[in-house]
Amino acid sequence: MKSELIKFLFFSTIILLIPFVIGDGYLLNVMVFVGIHTMLAVALNLLLGYAGQISLGHAGFFGMGAYLSAILTTTYGFNPWFVMPAAAVIVGTLAFIIGLPILKLKGHYLAMATLGLGIIFYITFNESVEMTGGPSGFSSIPNLKIGSFVFDSDLKNYYLIWLFTLIIVLLAVNLASSRIGRALRAVHDSEVAARVAGVNSRLLKVQIFAMSAVVSSIAGSLYAHTMTFISPASFGFNFSVELLTMVVIGGLASVYGSFLGAALLTLLPEFLRAAHDYDIIIYGALLVVMVMFMPGGLVRGIPDLYRKIILRKGAVDNA
Amino acid sequence: MSLGVFRRGIMLFDQILQYVLSGISTGAIYALIGIGFSIIYNATGIINFAQGEFVMLGGMFTLFFLETAKLPIWAAAPTAILASTVIGLLFERLAIRPLKHPTPINLVIITIGGSILIRGLSMLVWGKDTHSLPPFSGENPIHIYGATILPQHLWIICITAVIIVLNKFYFYHTISGKAMRACSYNRRAAGLVGIDVRRMVLFSFIISSGMGAVAGIIVAPLTMTAYDVGVMLGLKGFCAAILGGMSSGITTVVGGLILGVLESLGAGLISSGYKDAIAFIILLLILFVRPQGLFGKADSERV
Repeated sequence: MKSELIKFLFFSTIILLIPFVIGDGYLLNVMVFVGIHTMLAVALNLLLGYAGQISLGHAGFFGMGAYLSAILTTTYGFNPWFVMPAAAVIVGTLAFIIGLPILKLKGHYLAMATLGLGIIFYITFNESVEMTGGPSGFSSIPNLKIGSFVFDSDLKNYYLIWLFTLIIVLLAVNLASSRIGRALRAVHDSEVAARVAGVNSRLLKVQIFAMSAVVSSIAGSLYAHTMTFISPASFGFNFSVELLTMVVIGGLASVYGSFLGAALLTLLPEFLRAAHDYDIIIYGALLVVMVMFMPGGLVRGIPDLYRKIILRKGAVDNA
Repeated sequence: MSLGVFRRGIMLFDQILQYVLSGISTGAIYALIGIGFSIIYNATGIINFAQGEFVMLGGMFTLFFLETAKLPIWAAAPTAILASTVIGLLFERLAIRPLKHPTPINLVIITIGGSILIRGLSMLVWGKDTHSLPPFSGENPIHIYGATILPQHLWIICITAVIIVLNKFYFYHTISGKAMRACSYNRRAAGLVGIDVRRMVLFSFIISSGMGAVAGIIVAPLTMTAYDVGVMLGLKGFCAAILGGMSSGITTVVGGLILGVLESLGAGLISSGYKDAIAFIILLLILFVRPQGLFGKADSERV
């Protein structure tokens, strides 16, 4: 537990110091997105990595949070700080209710059902034009503020988003090493064995599904308030796949792996600006190559690679 | 008064007939794609999320051979099927077979990755424009009672029927078809009696990419084609397969037809904007009530 705390403090310090290194520029703006994506990837990883349940519809929950925040604050004038938890509760309840039947499904069927769910959300964002603005998007969402302090610059948003992200990372690390985390891993390895050992696997799966939807919704609210503009395109099937890619590339069942995955997949397209439209090819290739050669993700793959190189070097030295 | 009601009834009937007829032809397409999913699933246990991309490749390759290579349609279509099949073969060889840890999640992810890759490369080669393919035989509508259908609808229904019959013949009357069925019952036992299971896996990819391509070619004159049409078509095909209980036979065809007709009725009578949502709502409802699909048999899990 102590080593986990040290790891977390080390991670927080790096996050705290990043703006001093990269300055208040475009890159900082990208780092805000890395924060939001980390939150989402951690949420999905709890479900996929720990409980072993796939979801191809998480972009839908992210979008629900974003749209609820946008509509309730902009159209109806509610306080954003009140709307954010309210949206999270709504999305969480919805996920819980849908989760009850959906999580009875297994493997490919679960993948398909969650995918269908995500697409239904996406179509709803597109089609309920009078509420969401439809495909052309929803604009002039207010920035978050505390008193007269408005979060309207990249630097302010950076610390705001990362405060939330770090809290979620801490909670996730805590959860993973708790009794619930062990129960989740038991469900992952063998659901029947877990049930025999007294884990209420059915309820546990639904709870973790709802919880990861809650985190996604909070990320959505924060996204809406920092971007001040949202459109359905950000919440489609492609984004669900992108989230899945982050989790897998980072490493299943590793909270910091999710950060690595989110950072890589958010930063990579920025560095590949020249190849603007073709970033999707690189995603696809990355996904295939990672599963083939580094099935444990970056978090396990890099140490393995390192060890392999060192060992080979040692062997050569001996010869 | 009563005549007015009667006439309105006739009009509604005509309308419904129209929706059902066009639903049957889209349903036939979903069925073809769904059977492709089922063939791979039964031989390997893999859900090939890239299946929709072969549908797209069928349409795009045909267009390419028609316009760039100036081939007539009767030559362009088979060449396109062949080309898509080669891609399917390469996909199995390069991405599926070398996989060291083929867990279900890894397989889902690698086929999603493959589908993104194929889609991306197609965008790179053919651009982002939407293209239309000329219909196989004219555009003069055929009247059936109060409804009209296009010759292309008939082509779709006939070609699908032929393929289903050929499919049945292959699986029940040829050695390699029977071997593939053996694999779907029990892969290890099939291996023990001397069936080359890996070759059957390769065959299943070849057959279903070919079938996907056929579906893509026959539907392209009606719905246009572009680098990204594979996603939705693939998903609908998957719906059909799940409704049919992942069988490569008649139940998936029925699943596809039900899906196509309900979707067409829903789009016509309720809302066309939510057309794609209707398919998935039906899918979710069916999975909630019958997690093993509409026609699937519940199987007990071995621990």
